[in-house]
Amino acid sequence: MKNKEPLILAVVIFFSLVTYYLVEPYAHHVMHKHVDSENFTYADLPEITKTGNAVNGKELVMNAGCAGCHSIETAGMPAPMDSVMAAQSYGVNPPDLSNAGAIYDAKFLAELIKNPAHALKVEHKFDEAKAQMHPMVPFYGMGGDIDQEIADMVAYLQSIAVSPADVTPKMAFENACGRCHAVGYEKWTQIGTKSGFKDKKDELAFDIKVLEYQDSLKSYMGKLPPDLSMYIRSRNEQFISTLIENPQNHLAGTAMPRVGVTADSAAKVIEYMKDAGDTKRHERAEVGKNVMIYIVIFAIFALLWKKQVWKDLH
Amino acid sequence: MKSNSRRGFMGKAFGAVAAVGAVGSLVAMKKSWDPLPSVKAAGFTTLDMSIYEEGLMVTEKWRGKPIFVLKKSAAVMEKEKGNAAAEARNIKIGNDNFMVAIGLCTHLGCIPAFREAEGDFLCACHGGQFDASGLVTKVPPPRGFDIPPFKIEGNTLVLGEVGPEWQTMKDNGVTL
Amino acid sequence: MAHFTKATSVKDWLNQRLAIEKVEKVMASEYWIPKNINFLWAMGMVLVITFALLVVSGIFLLMYYVPTVDEAFNSVNYTIMREVDFGWLWRHVHGVAASVVFLVIYIHMFTGIYYGSYKKGREMIWISGMLLFIAFSTEAFSGYMLPWGQMSYWAGMVITNLFSGGSLHADGLVEWIRGDYVPAQAFLGRFFMLHVLLVPLAIMGLIGLHFAALRIPHVNNQDGEEIDFDAESKKYLDGDKVGSKVMRFANDFMSKDMMVVGIFLIFFFYLTFYNYGFAMDPVNFDPADGLKTPAHIYPEWYFLWSYEILRPFNIDLGLALFGFAQVIFVFLPFLDRSPNSVPASRRGAFKYWFWGMLIVMIVLTAMGKLPPEGIYSTIGLYAAIIFIAMWVALPIITSLEKKL
Repeated sequence: MKNKEPLILAVVIFFSLVTYYLVEPYAHHVMHKHVDSENFTYADLPEITKTGNAVNGKELVMNAGCAGCHSIETAGMPAPMDSVMAAQSYGVNPPDLSNAGAIYDAKFLAELIKNPAHALKVEHKFDEAKAQMHPMVPFYGMGGDIDQEIADMVAYLQSIAVSPADVTPKMAFENACGRCHAVGYEKWTQIGTKSGFKDKKDELAFDIKVLEYQDSLKSYMGKLPPDLSMYIRSRNEQFISTLIENPQNHLAGTAMPRVGVTADSAAKVIEYMKDAGDTKRHERAEVGKNVMIYIVIFAIFALLWKKQVWKDLH
Repeated sequence: MKSNSRRGFMGKAFGAVAAVGAVGSLVAMKKSWDPLPSVKAAGFTTLDMSIYEEGLMVTEKWRGKPIFVLKKSAAVMEKEKGNAAAEARNIKIGNDNFMVAIGLCTHLGCIPAFREAEGDFLCACHGGQFDASGLVTKVPPPRGFDIPPFKIEGNTLVLGEVGPEWQTMKDNGVTL
Repeated sequence: MAHFTKATSVKDWLNQRLAIEKVEKVMASEYWIPKNINFLWAMGMVLVITFALLVVSGIFLLMYYVPTVDEAFNSVNYTIMREVDFGWLWRHVHGVAASVVFLVIYIHMFTGIYYGSYKKGREMIWISGMLLFIAFSTEAFSGYMLPWGQMSYWAGMVITNLFSGGSLHADGLVEWIRGDYVPAQAFLGRFFMLHVLLVPLAIMGLIGLHFAALRIPHVNNQDGEEIDFDAESKKYLDGDKVGSKVMRFANDFMSKDMMVVGIFLIFFFYLTFYNYGFAMDPVNFDPADGLKTPAHIYPEWYFLWSYEILRPFNIDLGLALFGFAQVIFVFLPFLDRSPNSVPASRRGAFKYWFWGMLIVMIVLTAMGKLPPEGIYSTIGLYAAIIFIAMWVALPIITSLEKKL
């Protein structure tokens, strides 16, 4: 009798794969808009043509009043007010600039200093013509060549920052994303890490500060930005990466700004989100490999047993 | 013979008694699945109707369900003129006209999204559409948005209480 | 009273009390299976193994899962996925097995349809199998509620709304099922109970019935041949193993079962570790939010074909046809009027009916997931009509079939 099993197996596999293709890759391709990565080039922003001088930059940063809103901890400049009050004043707590030079793209920083709403891609929300000013005051120059001055300031920020290779996933996330987004599974709130409190009263006081901060944030952004604990699983990596690059590409009209991180920092942000929402991925890969090796051996032994038993049946 | 049939009868009688018990316990089981009193009593929602802006749809909440509140502009009112079905659904408070409805698609209960540019509602689940007064403009939904029981008290609207305006709507089959 | 003697061994001791030798014969060594079968006959064992994987992984999930609306999502995604050692493994095994079990069920079902294994005394095998299908569907749906993500909540909303009966507007019934106006604590609690207790009990009972239904008519074979099991098994026991048309369940058939199981498990663990996304929808990793419908709501893939029968019509007709699709498979043994119990390839028009039904169900499945607009909604409508028409036509084409 002819052995029909290979043909039957081919039929079963064929129909299973067709079904899988239609309900998974194809359906998701239809349902979700595909956005190509721009490789974090920020091609819409002008190149920095001047070579910056960090020493002049330091002078400029001091005189331009950056520290009126931003802290620069490494340069010994503390925040002028606490995060809750800062959020009440500006909508969101302005970031510490110590490592801005390492986390953010230089071109982006330059444009941000000059024209915040444009760099952040929130001009639909902050239209100067309608007297809607972005809370960050643009830098109008200190009398010299403004492009040179901005190049100096960026050079200064880069000079005080850690080396880009030393930016940790936690640093990147907290500075670039963590002032709007909480990550409950990492105990991160918009105003910092919530760590163990000895006293219930202290814990409640912290929670109240978080809620107050969130109230300001809510009215600034239109709604409370979501907790990102599980976003690595609810959205895929490609989505998150291209969303960080330019939120408008995915969610036209969103209040979420472009944060201007470098490609490296974006990868670190994603690493942080993986630690939060897909914590055991390394263990999964390791265990997966071993289970696969074992199960192949299992199948081989089953096959040999079957061959032995069936020898007598034919 | 006689005792046999008696035994047969008693068997059936016992079965009947057992069945009564089974049915009785079914009643208890059914009742245990009923919504709890605390759920049923879960409050009434009072809306201050003076805070809404024209053409801006706001979602409120009543008994866990989203409530769409849309203050209709003069242009929308003009368009509705002569459309009896739309006029019957209009809720007038002072000089303002509102659409207030349960924001669940009457097809299978998804929440349709308000499209500000078009001034209508689109349900993402099965593509149903509703106009600014909550009437269906594209199937599958079988009827317009349901209107929650309401009572007008001056400038406020109390959801969950039956007022004369809502009673009229219900009697006329405007809502269920 | 039975007579007991001093036992000569543990086995003898047990044998006197439990008749284990007899049980072993009835269940395994003298449970006769035709030799003329292929690997599709091992799907039953594959299902048993998959069900065992579900039970074991479920037990470990159950120990940390918290069935409250506030805690459910975090107990799954934080406690089980991050804190419990190997919790992630149980969850992925459970999620993937729940999806794969339906793939194997469908293969098992279509095998039965193709080879006519629901005829000539095998009707109860088919009917108990379809009851199992319904029980597994309930189990899958109730389990899908438990992580209390967006898709859990909205699938719960949409599916319970089906019970309003369209224009009947039986809101009371819907609220009774939910225990609330919307899916909430009462709803989660009762679906948790169904998932971990009542439905698994029903499934285990039905598996017993399904196996019992096999005893008298025996397993079918590749050619629908009627085998004299008494004569053939005697031949086997007399030593003519090669000439006999039957073999023992254990170890003869069992060894082939295990070979297929081995290959199946390679596929299964590949999915568990490297391609689990299809079984764990991304949308369900957003916590449930009653005030935000996801952009696309769709059930898991194995429900899509019947969901699509609901969609293209107005609510009442849609519900009626949906109900029709849910139950019609149960009646297959009675709708197939042909006396021939042979593979579909030898049955004339039924051959086309079989492949047509398979393709229509795959088309319905695909359209059920795609957004209901434009061409997809048209294809879905036609596929649904063809599906219904094919079932209406089945008694006609099978009664015209020539007796072989």
